[in-house]
Amino acid sequence: MPEEKKVVRKKIAAAADLNNFMRDYYLELDAAAQKGAPKIAWCTSVGPAEILRAFGFQVYFPETHSAMLGATRMATEFIPEANAIGYSPDICSYLTADIGAFLKGVTPLEKAFNIKSVPKPDVLVFNTNQCRDVQDWFNWYGEKFDAPVLGVHTYRGVSEVTEKHIYSIAKQLEALVPPLEKITGRKFKLDDLKRAVALSRECSELWKKILDTASAKPAPLTFFDGTTLMGPAVVGRGTQKAVDVYKILLAELEDRIKKGEGAIENEKFRIYWDGMPVWGRLSTHSQLFAALNANVLASTYCNSWIFSALDPQDPFNSMARAYTELFIVRADEAKETYIKNMLAFFKVDGIIYHDAKTCPNNSNCRYGMPQRLEKQTGIPSLTINGDLNDLRMISDEQTKTNVEAFIEQLQERRHA
Amino acid sequence: MLNTAPLYVGADVGASRTKVAILDASKTLVGYAVLKSGTDFTATARQCLMQSLQMAGALESAVANAVSTGYGRHNVDFARDSRTEIGCHGGGCYHYFPVAISIIDIGGQDNKVIKLDEAGRRISFKMNRKCAAGTGAFLEEMSARLDIPLEGMNDLAAQSTDMVKLGSFCTVFSATEVLENIRHGKKIEDIVKGVFFSVIRRVLEMDSLSQNVVMTGGVVAHNPHLVQMMEELIGRPIRVPEKPQLTGAIGAALYAMNAADERD
Ligand code: SF4
Repeated sequence: MPEEKKVVRKKIAAAADLNNFMRDYYLELDAAAQKGAPKIAWCTSVGPAEILRAFGFQVYFPETHSAMLGATRMATEFIPEANAIGYSPDICSYLTADIGAFLKGVTPLEKAFNIKSVPKPDVLVFNTNQCRDVQDWFNWYGEKFDAPVLGVHTYRGVSEVTEKHIYSIAKQLEALVPPLEKITGRKFKLDDLKRAVALSRECSELWKKILDTASAKPAPLTFFDGTTLMGPAVVGRGTQKAVDVYKILLAELEDRIKKGEGAIENEKFRIYWDGMPVWGRLSTHSQLFAALNANVLASTYCNSWIFSALDPQDPFNSMARAYTELFIVRADEAKETYIKNMLAFFKVDGIIYHDAKTCPNNSNCRYGMPQRLEKQTGIPSLTINGDLNDLRMISDEQTKTNVEAFIEQLQERRHA
Repeated sequence: MLNTAPLYVGADVGASRTKVAILDASKTLVGYAVLKSGTDFTATARQCLMQSLQMAGALESAVANAVSTGYGRHNVDFARDSRTEIGCHGGGCYHYFPVAISIIDIGGQDNKVIKLDEAGRRISFKMNRKCAAGTGAFLEEMSARLDIPLEGMNDLAAQSTDMVKLGSFCTVFSATEVLENIRHGKKIEDIVKGVFFSVIRRVLEMDSLSQNVVMTGGVVAHNPHLVQMMEELIGRPIRVPEKPQLTGAIGAALYAMNAADERD
């Protein structure tokens, strides 16, 4: 009988430090929520966290919380709760899972860290650079908690980021200051912002170096590792702790490269992943590819938390640039140039596009991009249908057959 | 006389039907069987093997190698290796039509569009999304709604003179549309043709087609009128292998033969 191969992967030792980082982060948030100080701000994952840090807020990111709901496979149970109050099953399943879980009074933080509920916000701050859903999501909680909701409205589908874009976004960022002063009762200090931006930049540089280690052959990490290792880059940017923990991780990965240790045993095919992870299938997918000697080693997604434009000397303008230059904000031509550079840098054999049913913003295969890129680069691609959180949208068998057939195709190409 | 030549077996365990094909060393199809997959894939595959061996006039000991494919490919106890159905359908079709081809396979639960270059190398493939639209399951559902046997659909569609167009993607919505058309007194044959047309549209949405088109799969095997409709729509002839339902199994048998050659 042709057996399905089971693979055991060598663990990244620093993952334990990262887990501790995440635990401490949530415990501090919970303590602040219990005590009422320091104040708590909710922020979108690519929102203006540095400004919030400069004001001394503990910053909470609902997207990371919802990704936890996904990874623990709790999300699908709660999405219908939000559907029932008018939030469609076709919209962001981060939003629907998170609101649904809140309605049921459930959080994955309880099992993980014995935390009973998400921290009550004193303010919610979004940036629509990623999508409109975050605004709707934050507005819902703003009303629930009777807390003010502030936002930055970013251009979308941007080909080239111009001074006009920067000017407008920088002004919106500056406009956050007076209401935040009022909420915190604290005067804004430019130096505090500069410090937060400097730390954020350092964190981002380290995160980039970590992800870039995957350009080594064999690659010392996988995309699936990356999706959990990226916690500090999202929730910890602007803090020293995130910088410290990433230094440990980077050293380990560099050591793996020196020893020629790959993240999977026998790396024969190098795959690029575009789109969101399927949170509830991280380990299944990791196993599936590893068993086929394929390493999914780089992604658009993990690289989205690299903010190289951040400059502590010019905090508002550089934040405006960093948060507008992002992949998700851009037009397809800019996205395609970006992906082409990634394919060359990471020496990629094939691309997987994840068409996530509820997130058009991270599904880049819907306007002919795979066909255009394949024509230009000759690198074959596969689109898989799925979702970030809603497991009702997933057919595991279809995914498996598609992926196996894709790797077969790469193999045949190589032998031709 | 007993067939003792080295034989190569391909077993294609689909969600709906299990197909086994046996090739001899000259790549001639000497035995085959098709059975409902049921719930015990291992037993069904074995039953197909036995029937095929009987047809080939051979004992199991003559089997030099066996490869499985399809949804239940990991449940075939006599297979030494497995390949995806995408690879096997490609290989099976190229064996009969060794030119650059686009293969349309319409199966019980899924559809595939596979493109091969002139050397038989796969350029790309697409499988339908997770829903039943455009698959054999859609036809089964419609035959139940119309209260006509599945086997009778082809002849009915061929009699149609005024096809009813169904608009929806969704199987359930399409069923509602069908009921509505019945209420409005439309003829069954015109509705059935509309159902066929819906299948074709779903398939054509999946990918563009190259010049030479091959159609395979159980739905194609039982509904030649569907092929004729597709030809009319794309404006060129379509090639269909002699046993369109067996191409996956034949492709698997060819893999078995190549793997045995490599071992020698
Ligand atoms: S980018 Fe997508 S997944 Fe993220 S919040 Fe927006 S809609 Fe949801």
